[in-house]
Amino acid sequence: MKLVFELTRSGRGMSVLPGCDVPEYELDACWLHAEPPALPEVAEVDLDRHYRALSKEAFGVCDGFYPLGSCTMKYNPRVNEEAASLPGFVQLHPLQPESTVQGALEVLHTAGKLLGEITGMDAVTLQPAAGAHGEFTGVLLIKAYHEAAGDTARTKIIVPDSAHGTNPATATMVGFTTVNVPSNEEGGVDLDALRAAVGPDTAGLMLTNPNTLGIFDPNIEEITRIVHEAGGLCYYDGANLNPIMGIVRPGDMGFDCVHLNLHKTFSTPHGGGGPGAAAVGCKDFLAPFLPGPLVEQEGDSYRFVQPAQSIGRVKAFYGNFGVIVRALAYVLALGREGIPEAARMAVVNANYLMKRLEGAYHMAYPRPCMHEFVIDVGPLKEETGVSALDVAKRLLDFGIHPPTMYFPLIVHEALMVEPTETESRETLDAAADIFLRVYEEAREDGERLHGAPFTKRIGRPDETAAARNPLVRWMPGDE
Amino acid sequence: MGSYLPSTPAEREDMLAAIGCESVDELYRNVPQGVRCGALDIPDGKSEMEVLSELTRMADNNTVLKSVFRGAGAYKRYIPSLVKTVTANEAFLTAYTPYQAEISQGVLQSIFEYQTMVCELTGMDVSNASLYDGASAAAEAVLMCGERKRTSVVVSGALHPETLETVLTYCAAHDVEVTLVPVVDGVTRPEDFAAAIDETTACALFQQPNFFGLLEDASALIEATHEAGAKSVMAVDPISLGLLATPGELGADVCVAEGQSLGLPLSFGGPYLGIIACKKALMRKLPGRIVGQTHDSAGNRAFVLTLQAREQHIRREKASSNICSNQALCALAAGVYLSCMGPHGIRQAASLSLSKAHYLAEQVCQVEGFARVFAGEFFNEFLTTCPIDPEELEERMAAHGILCGMPVGDKMLWCATEVNTKEEIDVMVRTLKEVL
Repeated sequence: MKLVFELTRSGRGMSVLPGCDVPEYELDACWLHAEPPALPEVAEVDLDRHYRALSKEAFGVCDGFYPLGSCTMKYNPRVNEEAASLPGFVQLHPLQPESTVQGALEVLHTAGKLLGEITGMDAVTLQPAAGAHGEFTGVLLIKAYHEAAGDTARTKIIVPDSAHGTNPATATMVGFTTVNVPSNEEGGVDLDALRAAVGPDTAGLMLTNPNTLGIFDPNIEEITRIVHEAGGLCYYDGANLNPIMGIVRPGDMGFDCVHLNLHKTFSTPHGGGGPGAAAVGCKDFLAPFLPGPLVEQEGDSYRFVQPAQSIGRVKAFYGNFGVIVRALAYVLALGREGIPEAARMAVVNANYLMKRLEGAYHMAYPRPCMHEFVIDVGPLKEETGVSALDVAKRLLDFGIHPPTMYFPLIVHEALMVEPTETESRETLDAAADIFLRVYEEAREDGERLHGAPFTKRIGRPDETAAARNPLVRWMPGDE
Repeated sequence: MGSYLPSTPAEREDMLAAIGCESVDELYRNVPQGVRCGALDIPDGKSEMEVLSELTRMADNNTVLKSVFRGAGAYKRYIPSLVKTVTANEAFLTAYTPYQAEISQGVLQSIFEYQTMVCELTGMDVSNASLYDGASAAAEAVLMCGERKRTSVVVSGALHPETLETVLTYCAAHDVEVTLVPVVDGVTRPEDFAAAIDETTACALFQQPNFFGLLEDASALIEATHEAGAKSVMAVDPISLGLLATPGELGADVCVAEGQSLGLPLSFGGPYLGIIACKKALMRKLPGRIVGQTHDSAGNRAFVLTLQAREQHIRREKASSNICSNQALCALAAGVYLSCMGPHGIRQAASLSLSKAHYLAEQVCQVEGFARVFAGEFFNEFLTTCPIDPEELEERMAAHGILCGMPVGDKMLWCATEVNTKEEIDVMVRTLKEVL
C-alpha cells in the first residue's frame, strides 16, 4: 500500500481555507522558517481513497470476534458516538465561563457520582487520560497521603507477579520501589509472602482483582487487612472490573483508591490505541489530594472547586471529556440492573468458551474463571512445536482477533482470552470451532503453522530488523 | 433497561447447563458473601431514546458561543470534512492498539504517516505515535532528558499555566527540582535562562509563542541552554509552524505540542493530542509507542510497533514511563488534517491567524480602556488591559453569543484564528463598546 507521501504530486491539494479579508500582516523574516514542511500534496478524492484503503486493514469490533484478554473489547454502542458528537458538547471551549457550561459540568458530576457508587468510592476525578495515567494519579494520592502524615519511610509498593506491567512502571514513576510477591497455586496472592513483604516501608499494594488469570482472589479481605495493618494503602487496578461491577465493589473489599478504564468496562471505543479515559476514585481521606478541579453541585448549579492539598494536575483541562460522555451514556443505558447483568454475562461467556476449549487446550488454571481465562499453549508446543504466537497468527486467517499473547508473564506460552458479554452463543461456538480446528492443525502439521497467517496481504513482519535499524519516518526516495 | 447483551435469559440457562453450573452465582463462589454489594444506588436503565434525550438535555444546557476570541491552549479552527469522515470509520474508531500487525497495517501506516508529518512540521528527526495531550507531553519531555548527574529542570514562567502545573506534578512525583524563570516584558530573557541553568540542569523548557502569545527569542534561549550543557525542550503551536522557524532548525533537542489545532474539535478540553518529537540521539529515551517500518519474509513493506524495549510491558519497573497507549484516533485526525491542508494550507492557516489577530488587536485597542500590555511581536494571541472586571465583561459578552478574550488576572488574553472573519471581528468590537 502506498504511503500518502508517495501519492504526492507537486501542485495538487485541496482548497480548504478562504482568502484573507483583513490587511495581511507579515512577520519579520527572522521569525520564519527557511523551508515549508514537505506535507502531502494530494487531491481530495485520492486522499479519501487512501484512508478507505487503510481502514480496510484495520480490525474493529464489528470486523469480528475480539477476545483480547484484559482489554475488554465489548461492543461500542453507536448512541454513545451520537451523544458525544452533540454540538452542545463538541463546540464547547474548555475555558468558557462556568455559567455557560453547566451541562458539561453536570456530565462530569453525574459520571463521577455513578462511577463512585459502582466502585464504592467517595470522590472521583475524571482527569486522567488512560488507565496508566489513572494509576499514576492514584499512586500519587498514596504518596501524598503518607507525606502529609510525615511518614516518609514508606517507599515500597507491593505488586503480585501476575500484575500488568504498568503497575511496577507506575510505582517507579512516582518514586517508589517495587516489591514483587509470588502467586500461590490457585493463582491468587501468596498470603505468607505478602505478610513477609509488608512492613514500615510499605506505601501500598497495587492489585487487580479478578487478576490477569481471570481469578477472583477469595482472600481479598485478608489481603487488604494485612496491608492496612502494616500502615499501607490498597490500590485497585480496575482493568478487570467488568465481571464484578454491581456485584462486589473495590471500596467494600478494602481498597482505598481505584482507577477504571472507561474504554474497557464502560464501552468507549479504543480508537486504535486511544483516546481512552480513566476515572480515579478514592475514599474520603484521600479526596483532599485529588487533582483539581473537581465539580461540586450547589442546588441546581454546578461549579469547579480545587481540592485543598491537591497533587496538582496530570493534564490540561478536565480529562477526555468526549470519552466521558460516551461512558456516561453507557452507564445510563445499563443502570441499576443492567450493570450486574452485563458482569454476569461476561462471566458466563468466558466460562462457556473455556468449557468448549478445555478438552483440547491446556488451561493454566483449570477451574471456573471470571471474565477471562488463560490457555497454556506450553503442552501443545512441547508436542507439536506450535507456540502461542503460531496459534494466534493462524486465528487471523479465520477472522478472529487473537487473544492477548504471552501475558501474564507467569504462564510462558499464554493466550489470555476475554470474550466479553456482548457476544452471542453462536459467535462463541463458531470461535471455539476455529480454536479447535487450529489445535488439530497443530497436531497434524505443526511445522506449517510457523508460517501463519496465510491469507493476509503481509506475513509476519520482521520485528528484530525494525528494532535493530529503526525506520520511524518516511524519507523522500524511500519506496 | 438498556442492554447490549445478545443472549436471552433462556439461552443463558442453556449455557450454564453446558458449563455444568446450576446458577451464575456458582461462578462467583470465590467472592466472599460479606463483601458483596446489594443493588447499586444508581438510576434504572434507560432505552436508547431516553439516553440520547438525557444527554441532549445536558448538551442543551451549555451555551455554544458562536464567536470565539479565546484560545489559551484550545483553538477553534476549521476542520476539513474529510477529517470527520475518516475518524468516524468504525474500524479506525473501535480497533485496539495494533499489536497484531498482519491485520493492523492500516492503523500502523496511519501512525507512521503521522510520525513523518510531525517530523516535517517540527523539523525534528523522530516523533512517537503521540501522548495524552500537550501538557503531559511537556512533562514526559522534561523527564526523558534526565541524566544521572543532571536531574533538575528550568522552566520559563511564560509557559501555559496548566502545562506548568502538569510539569510540576510529574516532576514532584520523580523528586525532580524545578526552577521557574521570571517573565520580563512578557517574555523569557535569555540571560535569566542562562542564570538559572547550572551543571545539575537536565533541560530547560519554554513555549513558542508563549502563553501571552508573544514570540520568544527562541534561538537565544536554546543557545543559552546548550552553552550550559543542558538540553532544550520547546513547546510549540503546530499551526504556527506553517510560518515560524521550526524547533529543528533552531536546534531544540525535544519538541512538544498540543495537537488539538490539527483537526480536533474543542470538545470541552479533550480528547486532544500530545505531540512529542526529538533528535535522533534521544530516540531510545522517547516515551510511548513508536511505529517503525520493516518487511515480511516475502520482502513486502510492513509496519510494526517498535523499540518496545523502552516500554512497561517489557521493562516493568525499569520502564522510563508507564504509558502504554497513544491517542491513535486523534493522531489519525491530525494526519488527515495535515494531508488536507498540505504545505500551502498549513501556511495559509498560520498566516490568516496572524493577520486576523493583528487586525483584532488594532480594533480592540481602539476601544477605550484596552491597550496591549506587552510591546513584543506576537503570533495569534495578545494580552490587553481591561477597563472593567474581565469576568464581568466575559459574562456580558457571552450574553451576545461571544466568547471574548480570557480573563488573566485583571487583564484579558485575546485570540484569533482563520475562522474569525473581518465582519465577526467588527461585530465583536461594536458589542464590546455597547456592553461597557
